[in-house]
Amino acid sequence: MRFLLALAFVLLGSAAMAQSLQDLLQADPEAVSNPSRRTVGEVLDQLVDSGLPEVPQFLERWQGKEVWQRASDGLFFYAEEDGEGHVLYDITSGEEVGRAGPRDIKAIKPNAGVRGVIGSALIEFQLTDPDPVRRQAALAAIADDPAPEHLEPLRASIAAEEEPSIRVRKERLERLLSASFEDDREARIAAIGDLGSDITVEARAVLNRMLASEPQVAASVPADANLAHAMTPGSAELPREAAYAMLVDAGLAAPLVTDNEVRDALVAAIQDGKVGDMAVAMLGTDEARHVAYDALALRDGLPPRVTEAEMEAALDSHAFWQGYVEPDQGITQAAERALASAETRVGVYKTADVALDAVSLASIYFLAAIGLAITFGVMGVINMAHGEFIMMGAYTGYVVQTLVPDYTLSLILALPLAFIVTFAAGVVMERLVIRHLAHRPLETLLATFGISIALQQIAKNIFGTQARPLTSPAWLDGAWVVNDVLGIAYIRIAIFVLALLFLGLLLFILKRTRLGLEVRAVTQNPGMAASMGIDPDRIAMMTFGLGSGIAGIAGVAIGLYAKVTSEMGSDYIVQSFMTVVVGGVGNVWGTLAGASLIGILQKGIEWFNPSNTLAAQTYMILFIIAFIQFRPRGIVAMKGRAAGA
Amino acid sequence: MTKTSLSIAALLAALGATGAAAQDACPIKVGVLHSLSGTMAISETTLKDTMLMLIEQQNAKGGLLGCQIEPVVVDPASDWPLFAEKARELLTVNEVDVIFGAWTSVSRKSVLPVLEELNGLMFYPVQYEGEESSKNVFYTGAAPNQQAIPAVDYYLDELGITKFALLGTDYVYPRTTNNILAAYLESKGIPEEDIFVNYTPFGQSDWATIVSDVKALAADGEPVGVISTINGDANIGFYKELAAQGISADDMPVVAFSVGEEELSGLDTTNLVGHLAAWNYFMSADTPENAAFIDAWHAYIGDESRVTNDPMEAHYIGFNMWVQAVEQAGTTEVDAVTAAMIGQEVPNLTGGTAVMLPNHHLTKPVLIGEITAEGQFDIISQTEEVPGDAWTDFLPESAVLEADWQKLNCGMFNTETQTCVQLTSNY
Amino acid sequence: MTATPIALRPRFTLAGNPSVLWALLVLAIFTLGVTVLAEGVGAGVISTSFVKTLGKTLCLCLAAVAMDVVWGYCGILSLGHMAFFGIGGYAIGQWLMTARTTDIVAQNLAGQPLPPTPRELEQAVASQIFGVVGAEDFPWIWAFSDSLALQLLMVVLVPGLLAGLFGWLAFRSRVTGVYLSILTQGMTLALSLWLFQNDSGLRGNNGLSGLQNIPGLDQWGQDAISIGFFWASALALALGYLLFAWLTSGRRGAVIRAIRDDEARVRFLGYGVEGTKLLVFTLTAVVAAIAGALYYPQAGIINPGEVAPLASIYLAVWVAIGGRGRLYGAALGAALVSLMSSWFTGGGAPDIPLGVYTIRWTDWWTVLLGLTFVAVTLLAPKGLGGLFDLVPRRANRQGDWGPDDGAWRSEEGQP
Repeated sequence: MRFLLALAFVLLGSAAMAQSLQDLLQADPEAVSNPSRRTVGEVLDQLVDSGLPEVPQFLERWQGKEVWQRASDGLFFYAEEDGEGHVLYDITSGEEVGRAGPRDIKAIKPNAGVRGVIGSALIEFQLTDPDPVRRQAALAAIADDPAPEHLEPLRASIAAEEEPSIRVRKERLERLLSASFEDDREARIAAIGDLGSDITVEARAVLNRMLASEPQVAASVPADANLAHAMTPGSAELPREAAYAMLVDAGLAAPLVTDNEVRDALVAAIQDGKVGDMAVAMLGTDEARHVAYDALALRDGLPPRVTEAEMEAALDSHAFWQGYVEPDQGITQAAERALASAETRVGVYKTADVALDAVSLASIYFLAAIGLAITFGVMGVINMAHGEFIMMGAYTGYVVQTLVPDYTLSLILALPLAFIVTFAAGVVMERLVIRHLAHRPLETLLATFGISIALQQIAKNIFGTQARPLTSPAWLDGAWVVNDVLGIAYIRIAIFVLALLFLGLLLFILKRTRLGLEVRAVTQNPGMAASMGIDPDRIAMMTFGLGSGIAGIAGVAIGLYAKVTSEMGSDYIVQSFMTVVVGGVGNVWGTLAGASLIGILQKGIEWFNPSNTLAAQTYMILFIIAFIQFRPRGIVAMKGRAAGA
Repeated sequence: MTKTSLSIAALLAALGATGAAAQDACPIKVGVLHSLSGTMAISETTLKDTMLMLIEQQNAKGGLLGCQIEPVVVDPASDWPLFAEKARELLTVNEVDVIFGAWTSVSRKSVLPVLEELNGLMFYPVQYEGEESSKNVFYTGAAPNQQAIPAVDYYLDELGITKFALLGTDYVYPRTTNNILAAYLESKGIPEEDIFVNYTPFGQSDWATIVSDVKALAADGEPVGVISTINGDANIGFYKELAAQGISADDMPVVAFSVGEEELSGLDTTNLVGHLAAWNYFMSADTPENAAFIDAWHAYIGDESRVTNDPMEAHYIGFNMWVQAVEQAGTTEVDAVTAAMIGQEVPNLTGGTAVMLPNHHLTKPVLIGEITAEGQFDIISQTEEVPGDAWTDFLPESAVLEADWQKLNCGMFNTETQTCVQLTSNY
Repeated sequence: MTATPIALRPRFTLAGNPSVLWALLVLAIFTLGVTVLAEGVGAGVISTSFVKTLGKTLCLCLAAVAMDVVWGYCGILSLGHMAFFGIGGYAIGQWLMTARTTDIVAQNLAGQPLPPTPRELEQAVASQIFGVVGAEDFPWIWAFSDSLALQLLMVVLVPGLLAGLFGWLAFRSRVTGVYLSILTQGMTLALSLWLFQNDSGLRGNNGLSGLQNIPGLDQWGQDAISIGFFWASALALALGYLLFAWLTSGRRGAVIRAIRDDEARVRFLGYGVEGTKLLVFTLTAVVAAIAGALYYPQAGIINPGEVAPLASIYLAVWVAIGGRGRLYGAALGAALVSLMSSWFTGGGAPDIPLGVYTIRWTDWWTVLLGLTFVAVTLLAPKGLGGLFDLVPRRANRQGDWGPDDGAWRSEEGQP
């Protein structure tokens, strides 16, 4: 109670001097507590015009969802959570003025649109603020919603700017605003010309805005029209129906009588089971209906049907064109030139971007498939549970992350641990199942499928069916950005590096170590290898473990960039098979070639048909089936005796 | 050969016996038809648990009509034909009085003919594409006008967005919703070329190219908004890619219709703060009813970290409505309950009241939430209750259709010709 | 098949194949028994839903028998036969949907003041069928959907051509073994991905639904229709069984099995390996498609998930559990595993409390199935059918030409 009294005094006292912030807000509290982008401007103007010193701070806090409203009296406060309730602070003085229980006050949550408008209102306060963060916020607000009135204050602030990065940003924004809003025509055209070397989305947005155009129609193109290009009815850009509809809209032609209108007119004219002199039962075809309607139209003065010839004539006697909204031809021409030069470079970067994506996808496929390729090559068996080893690796990563909260450390731990876990699982599976199915590859395929469905369900029973979070450390967040077109996520680069590492490691093991020598011997001729003292069983076990272990590591990598679910393995298994088959069996380079081909192909098809990713996958598989016809042994086929095995 | 006939005979006996068993009025049986295995288990298992919790609560209150309620849980295993088979089994063998179940549209379409043939009763708890009103189904999730259209209005009015990217998983809900949205946007003056549409397969994980394509849309100089009907765990990869490419909600907001608290629990949301979702319920809704519901859920499931979501609220409302209707009708007989259902009122967990309309849809408030760093949603907009519209007004073929099971007794009534197109539903 | 005929078993007779006779007899007794006990016509002990399950199981048995011929006898582990099964279902489903919808639409339009034009009728039907998935026109792929006869032809023709083309390409380039399996799996995946697209015109993920309502049979009710389909499925299984028993008998059967055991040797002996493989592959594909065409009207809905690679692998699993290389084994495996699956997932099996943890079969059934399968492959490669070998041998028994001691039996083909 005492607080309230005190508050009342404060309020009265300030009211005596001038209107307080609280009073201003209370004039229309609904506009503050439940603001809309379209209406909030009024309140903002009042606040800014009031000149009260606390207004900028209030606006910032309002924007940051830090203003609260008390339910009982509708007053606004800043608040801080404190146990069950909140401590309230006055919005003018910032002094503590009381406490509130859990449901006594309500946080005011302006939506993003409103926050943007508040941001614009804050520009004039923030543009020269000593805090660089605020200055950046102001620049972001200008970029979000460029307006002519920002040009002068922005220019004025450049000279005093000390922070180099912000200064660069300010200069860039000044160029953009100048290109859009400069009054002096020559200066504006010059500014537009400068944008030609700029391929940022922002700059192209400015140019495209200048080049906004709309379809127009008239008997002939007027002399003062700023014509973008002419259009011919019947082209893909302007189908005949659309062209005619434009004529109708412009009042230059009579509207078409649709079949539904014909029907409705006929229904309305039914008398004694007849329309005119035609029996209703006869009107079951379009032709009959048209005849009946034409008669009816003559009799009752209904709008006549537009014939094909009339439509043709109307289209022929008018000109259709795309006309710029901007009337000044000099400006649109400058913008066109600038945009054309930007677009060429955008095209190049776009190609590079798709290529990067393709490499990234290829490295993911490579990681997922290489383990499979090794086991397939050495033992001639397809491991259907390979996908589940990927899943196991991912879940290992998840478990490690729940135990070790530091993301970097947990990743460092998870990678070897995933390898160990899946290596062990692979060895166990080889000893218990696969060894007993030697020389029966089809049975092995099916037995491992049995293991695969069992493992998948066990994972579900342990971890539940929800996707589990596997979060990459902060230094892998974000993307390596060359410019607005070309960029790739760090996590994908990391996966690429990982794939390269394993490529190198495997090549090293196979070419430079005793184990690798033995593996190659067994791959090429198991019988001969055995007679030279190599234990094929041990080699099989080791390769199987190695292949599975790499799957586990691939699991961690895939989990980091996509998801961890019990079914993630089955998403990759068929692709992995395809990779192995296309690449050629038992050869690291083959798998690399297969993964690259599939990755590049998929991205390529996606690029040409961006609205349907499913189609891309379908075509890719069809391509692979066709490809196998020509190279049944894959891209990198083994030569000699091994090929017959 | 004896082995064959023996085992078949044994199976026959096992299944036949249950089929022939006589049924008494007590206990009242409630069928729960949610996938507990397969791809949809991720979403549907939670709903099964919700139903078991609600039934347990009701039994603790003394049951219904003096009977205990007995849940009959079956697992259609995300296998759509199995939904029809299990529904038939529930209705004819277990003789349940009502079914709560299904998630995907295709599973609902699979069950529909069986329900209509056997005059069963089902409550369907998920937001869906509309264009349907069956005599035997009550739709407790949102129709497009209760989720998609208000979200687009928010984009148009509040964020001033004039260019749209509609991203969806390739199946009927995104397809139909996007068709409706495209028609709606056109009616609001957005030209067709400013609407980019992309469909991806279920479980898509490689989003790099699609996200860059969407990013490039902004080059036209118009503010771009993304409307996502991406389903299930494909969202995880999508949001990770959004975060990696640094697309902030200020540059290019994403509003999702299939992403709730459950999906966010598989993600680190710190880089996604500010992106949007539209639902009729958020766990963060600050009402006493919601607090009680969340407490009960945590106590039931024994895990404080489990979240609640929109379809769970739909089941909560549906089940309570059904209980009220049964009490009012004094029987669990389907026709009586169906008649009593219309006009039933149950308080929403987010405030306000849900009313069952004659078209078997609910009135629902539309909430728009911004993702927070904690994996929850900040509710930034909440409308009054919007009545669900079975047939959208924005597609010409369905604008003339109307559903009214009270006066017209038809779920597909053509207002132009004043005839009932069909009494059963389109499957 | 150009070599001089060796005079072995010139003619296929039932009497010479007691296992075929037994299988058909059991099937007949089973069919009659179910009919007598069914809700629709008999005592009402078996519910309509279970009759449907049994009818569907018979169709799966037929598909499994076909799979057995292509894998157990010919050695081609096809992971794509459920795709053909699905194509059969789609083909018949197109007619079912169009015919049913046309009935409904015609009825509704008959109430209009003007008789409908053909275009109006077609548009109304199309918007009923495709309105659900946001389209309004009939795609080209539905061109024949108004004719039952043509769609029935499609049931046979489309899978036949697809299998023929695929087989011709694959066998011609001598793709064998695991490669071939992967390739068939790729084909299945491509088909299911294609079907998943809405743009393919088969209603995408929604697939075709409401197939249990047979146009023109509305007055029958599902209990009678289910019996009808049950009989049709039993008949199809019997005929398919006979066809394949004939195909795998005698010299032709010996060649087929020889291809499985050593393809190169058969080729060197002068037999046309590619032609035989293609015949077996295509014929089994067509039979699988017929099974599918009978299956989906009983299931009520078909969608691309049915064609997914997993379904085809399960088919192989059934055959393996039942016992490869014997037709009755495949049928037995399919029946047993699919019925057990539906029993376990339906909550029919009681939970096993272990004190600390309760085993719920809805959760653990798949694990059990997977491990059983591994165990069968490892320990009992003959599968369930191997149990029949324990029955004391009779001189003229035939049908256990399993993969391990099949083709080179000394008494090959002797009656």
